[in-house]
Amino acid sequence: MSSIGKVTGIIANLVIVETDDRVAQNEICFIKHDNTRLMAEVIKIMGQKVYVQVFESTRGLKVGSEVEFAGHMLEVTLGPGLLSKNFDGLQNDLDKMEGVFLKRGEYTEPLDKDKEFEFTPIVKEGGSVIAGDWLGEVKENWIGHKIMVPFVFKDEYTVKSITKEGTYKIHDTMAVLTDKDGKEHKVTMVQKWPVKVPVRAFKEKPRPFKVLETGVRVFDTLNPIAEGGTGFIPGPFGSGKTVLQHALSKQAEADLVIIAACGERANEVVEIFTEFPELEDPRTGRALMERTTIIANTSNMPVAAREASVYTAMTLAEYYRTMGLKVLLLADSTSRWAQALREMSNRMEELPGPDGFPMDLPAIISNFYSRAGYVYLNNGETGSITFIGTVSPAGGNLKEPVTESTKKAARCFYALSQQRADSKRYPAIDPIESYSKYLEYPEIIEYLNKNNGENWVSNVLYVKDVLLRSKESYEQINILGDDGVPLEYHITFWKGEVVDFAISQQDAFDKIDSSTDFKRQRYMLEKIIDVLKADFKFNSFEEVNPYFKKLINQFKQMNYSEFDSDKFKNNEKELEVIIKERKVA
Amino acid sequence: MEKDTKAFQRVYTKLFQLTKATVSLKASGIGNEELAIVDGRLAQVVKIMGDIVTLQVFAGTEGIATDAEVIFTGKAPTLKVGEDLAGRFFNAYGEPIDGGQIMGEEREIGGPSVNPVRRKQPSEFIATGIAGIDLNNALVTGQKIPFFADPDQPYNQVMAMVALRAEADKIILGGVGLTNDDYLYFKQVFDDAGALDRIVGFINTTENPPVERLLVPDMALAAAEYYAAEKNQKVLVLLTDLTLYADALSIVSNRMDQIPSKDSMPGSLYSDLARLYEKAVQFPDGGSITIIAVTSLSSGDITHAIPDNTGYITEGQLFLRKDSDIGKVIVDPFRSLSRLKQLVIGKKTREDHPQVMNAAVRLYADAANAKTKLENGFDLTDYDERTLEFAKAYSEKLLAIDVNIEVDQMLETAYELFSKNFSPVEVGLKKEFVDQYWKKDE
Ligand SMILES: Nc1ncnc2c1ncn2[C@@H]1O[C@H](COP(=O)(O)OP(=O)(O)O)[C@@H](O)[C@H]1O
Ligand SMILES: [Mg+2]
Repeated sequence: MSSIGKVTGIIANLVIVETDDRVAQNEICFIKHDNTRLMAEVIKIMGQKVYVQVFESTRGLKVGSEVEFAGHMLEVTLGPGLLSKNFDGLQNDLDKMEGVFLKRGEYTEPLDKDKEFEFTPIVKEGGSVIAGDWLGEVKENWIGHKIMVPFVFKDEYTVKSITKEGTYKIHDTMAVLTDKDGKEHKVTMVQKWPVKVPVRAFKEKPRPFKVLETGVRVFDTLNPIAEGGTGFIPGPFGSGKTVLQHALSKQAEADLVIIAACGERANEVVEIFTEFPELEDPRTGRALMERTTIIANTSNMPVAAREASVYTAMTLAEYYRTMGLKVLLLADSTSRWAQALREMSNRMEELPGPDGFPMDLPAIISNFYSRAGYVYLNNGETGSITFIGTVSPAGGNLKEPVTESTKKAARCFYALSQQRADSKRYPAIDPIESYSKYLEYPEIIEYLNKNNGENWVSNVLYVKDVLLRSKESYEQINILGDDGVPLEYHITFWKGEVVDFAISQQDAFDKIDSSTDFKRQRYMLEKIIDVLKADFKFNSFEEVNPYFKKLINQFKQMNYSEFDSDKFKNNEKELEVIIKERKVA
Repeated sequence: MEKDTKAFQRVYTKLFQLTKATVSLKASGIGNEELAIVDGRLAQVVKIMGDIVTLQVFAGTEGIATDAEVIFTGKAPTLKVGEDLAGRFFNAYGEPIDGGQIMGEEREIGGPSVNPVRRKQPSEFIATGIAGIDLNNALVTGQKIPFFADPDQPYNQVMAMVALRAEADKIILGGVGLTNDDYLYFKQVFDDAGALDRIVGFINTTENPPVERLLVPDMALAAAEYYAAEKNQKVLVLLTDLTLYADALSIVSNRMDQIPSKDSMPGSLYSDLARLYEKAVQFPDGGSITIIAVTSLSSGDITHAIPDNTGYITEGQLFLRKDSDIGKVIVDPFRSLSRLKQLVIGKKTREDHPQVMNAAVRLYADAANAKTKLENGFDLTDYDERTLEFAKAYSEKLLAIDVNIEVDQMLETAYELFSKNFSPVEVGLKKEFVDQYWKKDE
């Protein structure tokens, strides 16, 4: 029998429930209100008083209302059919909801129980398996979706029977497993898992050693993110966090992309599900939406479900990683999740940490980031979750708890600068402040040099150095005046500008410029390095600016033309002519 | 103590705790957020602990005695909606200011959100004639965007102008702490334009209690939802000034002893503002709600919690400032942004629109650098001089809020200014645009 209780207090979406029964921390409960049941999560237990956060509006709720505890934590349903879906933070299928407006207390099934899938067995009868092992496979869009031994299964099992090849529905029995004590367990295509518990159905998690191609040049060339790596994008509003994440979700070389729209604008989600069905994944030729799942808990949706949304997204990612897939997980914005934690902690009158955030915020954030990673599965296959979150620092000031905590947890730092955004230098990633720790990993250096040429990493570091020296020259010029510095300073400054305009800046809304693969990035980097290493002859500083403007303009024309096309080659010829004009042989 | 009058109404007469904004009493069967009338003043349930109910009294608790009559209404705040609303002005409680009654259906205000998958992507360009908006920060139906401006900027005038040119079916004015003069100004402008029958106003002036303001945006948006969702109309909602709304929020949270976060604002400020702004929507059946708001700044500080949280929520902001070089108010191209512009520019407008826009702003940024040089006492290069000349003309002919021209004309003007001061390479447009549109020397 499930535990029951009664509402005794209501402050916004914090509700106090009294019960004599057994309840667990983080247990889910349902509050009866009129003809609906409002879902809530236990966040504190004080004797018979249980504090719950309600994932819905509590308008009209009265004390005395009955509460039923569910006996489990917040969990997600895992099985074929998750791809291309639009879920809310609690994994309700938004498309199944009726009407234009969301109805409180309406919960919908995340999977389609009548949909049929083609099943192919992988294991043989008599084989022994553990949690996460692949029993068989069904086709989900173009992905081979593995039907696995449920993650909650402990110890070893013997496969008593496995269902034959054929067409089945998700709740059909696909295998029967026998445990050590001879007890039989039926396995369907569906399993459940509590979102706040990491899925650990893999053998080991090595340091990431490959680079994930994103098509965004400031990432790939200058600050590459590892496959299975972590990164974050802090920036004031309007600096380009969302545009950048959308670019990554469109272009990155991932098998599938999970996007958690956490407490941000609804129209940004609309943009994804309007455009993604029309856009093509360049690697498979399929519609982008086929590899995308959206967890939408926008800013006007219940605040408490924001926290749930990022965990739901992470758990789905872990599920697909265990199938041996390369998953890209994006969350926009993790600050909204932190704020939801703050709202609740304030309502509970907990002792606040810096800026009113809960004391354990750094631990919560680093635990979350640690769930990403590259893994070796039990069968030797590999899978990965690359996680990139955005952070929305109050007042654009990076010295605030969410940014600082995240900086400790994530390995790549893509700082968006207001100043760059103001002067429309997009993506506004600060070239000096930003970094990728992976560029220091020997295994990543080896990987990059093997794939992009033996001088790749040293060239990249050289380019970064040019940027730094350019900035220093710029400061000197500003202090001492154009004619107060040696001519060389102007050239150094402008060489940095070449890198800025030709590599760092990238027009996310141009069909061609928006995505650059590694082949093209290699080609362009060599061209640019030629210019950076060349000596140019100028008679006065006044000649420097127009010349480099011309040069930069030509690089931009190249970036706007299709790689290797006639237009590209003509632009390149013109570039060579311009370079010759002043290059000292 | 308790007596039932009407079906749902319960009456109590024993208050045991009063603060400046709240009263508490023992009562049972009360719903969260339910409305009550305390000594004739409207109040709302904000907290229930066992049999103790705390009510927030919108007009303040001055003079309320411990034996005041409290009548619970059994419902959350509502507005009567119907065709009757058009052409009328209401107070924060949704009662006609000029007296009289409204026929219509009663709706809860602050109702549920639109399911994101039922929204349509906004795609209709709103032409305002103001190049600082149309050229650089094009607006789209279903968008939400505030003016960021110091109190001495003419934001209400610009907003009224935009509203009248926007071709909306309905204009809903939510006056949040509006001065009486500005209220009369809005009425006058709408009347002069013969637009009064398209206007609905919900007005809280500086003469009314500040906490009452909290109801105004929800009232305005409930009316907007009625027209947009049920009548499929294009609705423009004007909310001025939401800084005063946020101030009222902080008054309430402070009186309820909540821990303030940055700038004494409640920790829930982001969610509170998002709840309003996210009512902006494009419905699939053609109706839309566009929200243009005002967030007044203090000395241009956009890092303050109110504009900061607003900027994170809205789809851009229009930043007004006085350009001392030309002595006019301009829409600042650096601090302003319309995040939805790319849905229409170059698509609903000429293909070169995005590039022209960016190029002009970049040159304007160069001019700003040149200005800094000048101020620091350095010599200017020939290029610097030309950017300064360009910037002045750009400000005068395109950024000033008194500009009123079509988008094509804005683009032509931009090319004129480009070709007068720069070579195509310096401007850096795509070659095909230069070939097609660049002004050749006559
Ligand atoms: N790479 C880019 N190319 C062109 N414009 C961009 C780019 N990144 C951002 N922008 C512009 O900046 C605006 C704000 O970007 P957005 O990603 O929404 O900011 P944030 O999420 O940081 O608030 C966009 O609407 C767009 O106009
Ligand atoms: Mg964003």
